[in-house]
Amino acid sequence: MDHLTDLENKSIYILREAYNQFKNLCMLWSIGKDSTVLLWLTRKAFFSHVPFPLVHIDTAYKIPEMIEYRDRLALKWNLSMIYGQNADALANKQTYPDGTLSRVECCRRLKSEALRHTLSGTGPRYRLNHISKKYELDSDLTPYTGVVVGVRSDEEGSRSKERYFSPRDMNHDWDIDDQPPEFWNQWKTDFAPNTHVRIHPLLDWTELDIWKYIKRERIETVSLYYDTGSGKRYRSLGCWPCTYPVESTAKTVNDIIKELETGKFSNIAERSGRAQDKEDEGGLETLRKEGYM
Amino acid sequence: MESCANIAIVGHVDHGKSTIIGRLLADTQSLPSGKLEQIKEFCKKKSRPFEYAFLLDALKNEQAQGITIDIARCFFETEKSKYLILDTPGHIEFLKNMVTGAANADAALLVIDAKEGIQENSKRHAYMLSMLNIKQLVVLVNKMDLIAYDEAVFNEIVEKYNRFLKNINLSAKMFIPVSGMQGDNIALQSPLLPWYRGSTVLQSLDQLEKPAPLISKPFRLPVQDIYKFTAGGDDRRIVTGRIESGQISIGDRLTFYPSGKSSYVKTLESFNTQINEQSHAPTPIGFTLTEQLYIKRGEVAVKSSDSKIHISSRLVVSLFWLGRQPLQLNKEYWLKIGTSKIKMSVEKIISVINAATLDYHQSKNTCINRHDVAECVICLNSPIACDFSHEHPVTSRFVIIDDYNIAGGGIIQKDLPNLAEKTLSQIRKRNILWIKSDISREERSLKYQHAPALIIVTGKKQANRQYFAKKIERALFNLNKKVYYLGIGNIIHGVDADINQQTRKTRHEHLRRFAEVLNILLDAGHIVVVTAIELDEKAVDLIKITTSCDKPYIVWMGASSEQSLNVNTCVEKEIKHPDTLNKVIKDFTHLC
Repeated sequence: MDHLTDLENKSIYILREAYNQFKNLCMLWSIGKDSTVLLWLTRKAFFSHVPFPLVHIDTAYKIPEMIEYRDRLALKWNLSMIYGQNADALANKQTYPDGTLSRVECCRRLKSEALRHTLSGTGPRYRLNHISKKYELDSDLTPYTGVVVGVRSDEEGSRSKERYFSPRDMNHDWDIDDQPPEFWNQWKTDFAPNTHVRIHPLLDWTELDIWKYIKRERIETVSLYYDTGSGKRYRSLGCWPCTYPVESTAKTVNDIIKELETGKFSNIAERSGRAQDKEDEGGLETLRKEGYM
Repeated sequence: MESCANIAIVGHVDHGKSTIIGRLLADTQSLPSGKLEQIKEFCKKKSRPFEYAFLLDALKNEQAQGITIDIARCFFETEKSKYLILDTPGHIEFLKNMVTGAANADAALLVIDAKEGIQENSKRHAYMLSMLNIKQLVVLVNKMDLIAYDEAVFNEIVEKYNRFLKNINLSAKMFIPVSGMQGDNIALQSPLLPWYRGSTVLQSLDQLEKPAPLISKPFRLPVQDIYKFTAGGDDRRIVTGRIESGQISIGDRLTFYPSGKSSYVKTLESFNTQINEQSHAPTPIGFTLTEQLYIKRGEVAVKSSDSKIHISSRLVVSLFWLGRQPLQLNKEYWLKIGTSKIKMSVEKIISVINAATLDYHQSKNTCINRHDVAECVICLNSPIACDFSHEHPVTSRFVIIDDYNIAGGGIIQKDLPNLAEKTLSQIRKRNILWIKSDISREERSLKYQHAPALIIVTGKKQANRQYFAKKIERALFNLNKKVYYLGIGNIIHGVDADINQQTRKTRHEHLRRFAEVLNILLDAGHIVVVTAIELDEKAVDLIKITTSCDKPYIVWMGASSEQSLNVNTCVEKEIKHPDTLNKVIKDFTHLC
């Protein structure tokens, strides 16, 4: 059996396990290539259906193409689509682009905090109405007990320590030093009240695997990943004030695979275009411990 | 495309695992540029000598302590193959993380410090590998530079360690003398070890084989879930699960154990692939059956033409314990095997084994401590379908849950007889031979607007059970439910007319017949309200197994202090007050 099929098999099994074991399950969809592959794997696992809501944390600074793409697919695939936002921080201009916060501090407010409140139901959830095609305030604020996330272990150091099923405590904190064991395809599916479990079906995938799978399955990805004439493209997507494109003339999925295989980026970290990672040594780990995806 | 082999690196603390991986990555140019310089700079800043191990220890707190706390993964490629290297901690405190890393591996590199020699975890980790069924092992004798590359010391370790491995039924593919610090025999043949003509670590990786999927073994598929996405306009009733071994084709006859229900594979379902006629291990599949069987997660599908699977609730097992609290005799835990989850307890500890010295001691212990390995008898609340470890490596292994976490794992050696087995085999036979109606369970539920359900009203002799049960029946009847009241007395004088009045021996038979009648009423789609005196956990279990009704709603009439089983609600006072009844009805309808 080939490597992509091996990876696909394991991810599908994990997704079905999560769906069976967690009553209030959701999936984080960042609109990026990884979580979009995860969404595709979900359709494979459930025979074209997506039987749980997708949650997007909208910082209001996302590149506009990302939002357009999100809503188009949500309508096309009949997704139960929800977004959350830290409206307070935005209203009070507590952000990096407003000049009041550092990059890491801004991530903490607009992403970590917004995520925490959206998951626990202590903040607003906006749900897509498929008839009016508009988002409406959702009345269902039941906390999610299982959260499927598309992190990969090769992205950066702290992610290589993740489990497939990774518990978060009442404060959404991740205790890296004392994680439960997992073996023989038995995972942590039991959890104490008020805690939740993050589920990581893509842990064993690499950036190249993701692109090869996008090619094999012909998955529609957001246009920002491709050069449209400027000689630049995004390799990792985020908020526009803190995300920079890379020099590349890759115009198609095939071009990107070729680019990765020839080792053009082998010496440059995938997230090198994400400015917040560089602000302090281990910055991302600090954020991740606090619930950042 | 070739596949990716998972390699775990294990061994005693400070024997140099992370250093060897760091060196392997550096010497094969597998690191992002600047990473090496960045770590060297970091060490200079903290005035610590540079170590290759720091490359892997990407986390802050790990660098502070200098030991691997968790598994780290890194990808690595040779001309022949791709590898995922799983670095595991050697410190005893983190054995659970070593197990997590090693359990996913196709092969293991075990590191022994040439100067310190074989240590406790050199042995314990090998023992865990054998429990985890990792058959391919390469032993790296590290820090050869510290013993002046002495061949005699190397040979002594090889001989001693081989003797140990033989005792635990494991054998090393090869021993390689190396120095992670100096880079000897890691990626390049070392001129300082002229007496060694074997492979380098890099070469040894390419000689490992990825274990073949278990295609030639009998078909085994633990049922993971059953889907019917009616809301999405999809009428297929799809059974899912991963094929742990063997293969399956459309038209195969499957039997599901422990229930014994059976049907034929109608279609193999998938999304965005070609239509499949067959599939094999280790694929997670979805399929439909020619008949609408009521089967549940946790049952194991077996091809009717393949070898039988064991069905048992009393097992002799070998297990390792990782929990912070010791594993206690006669305490209730959850056991997970395949996709099923059952309550269990340890009935007897046969022996505790010191994994490092292999000393067995017959045990009078009442508990198994953290990091101990033991042989014991476990009892399950209901029977499971399983294989034994010498027959099948996958469907014979289980984990134990304590305090929400996986706290131990083990393999099943054999089973022991259990009193209820006779009843269970009768039920299986009944299920296999059951003549099915053309109307499915789902169709009935749809028509009646509710699923079948069982309400048991029990309590002490003088409690007013029948009065209350009839009130429940009336209330549900008024809510348009298809409900029926049945007292156990109605059975005793009819169905049971041929057996004597209640003695201990006949009580089981009374209950069994009672449960069989309930099974028919539930199959017909009713909500059944029954009364019986003082049922205990065992009696309720018998009813559950006979009727395939997992969660009967149980009302205890009397003080909660008197009850002999887990119940949904206790009714002691104000039995005739309408609120008492309303509360029970509300609670029941909420749950169903």
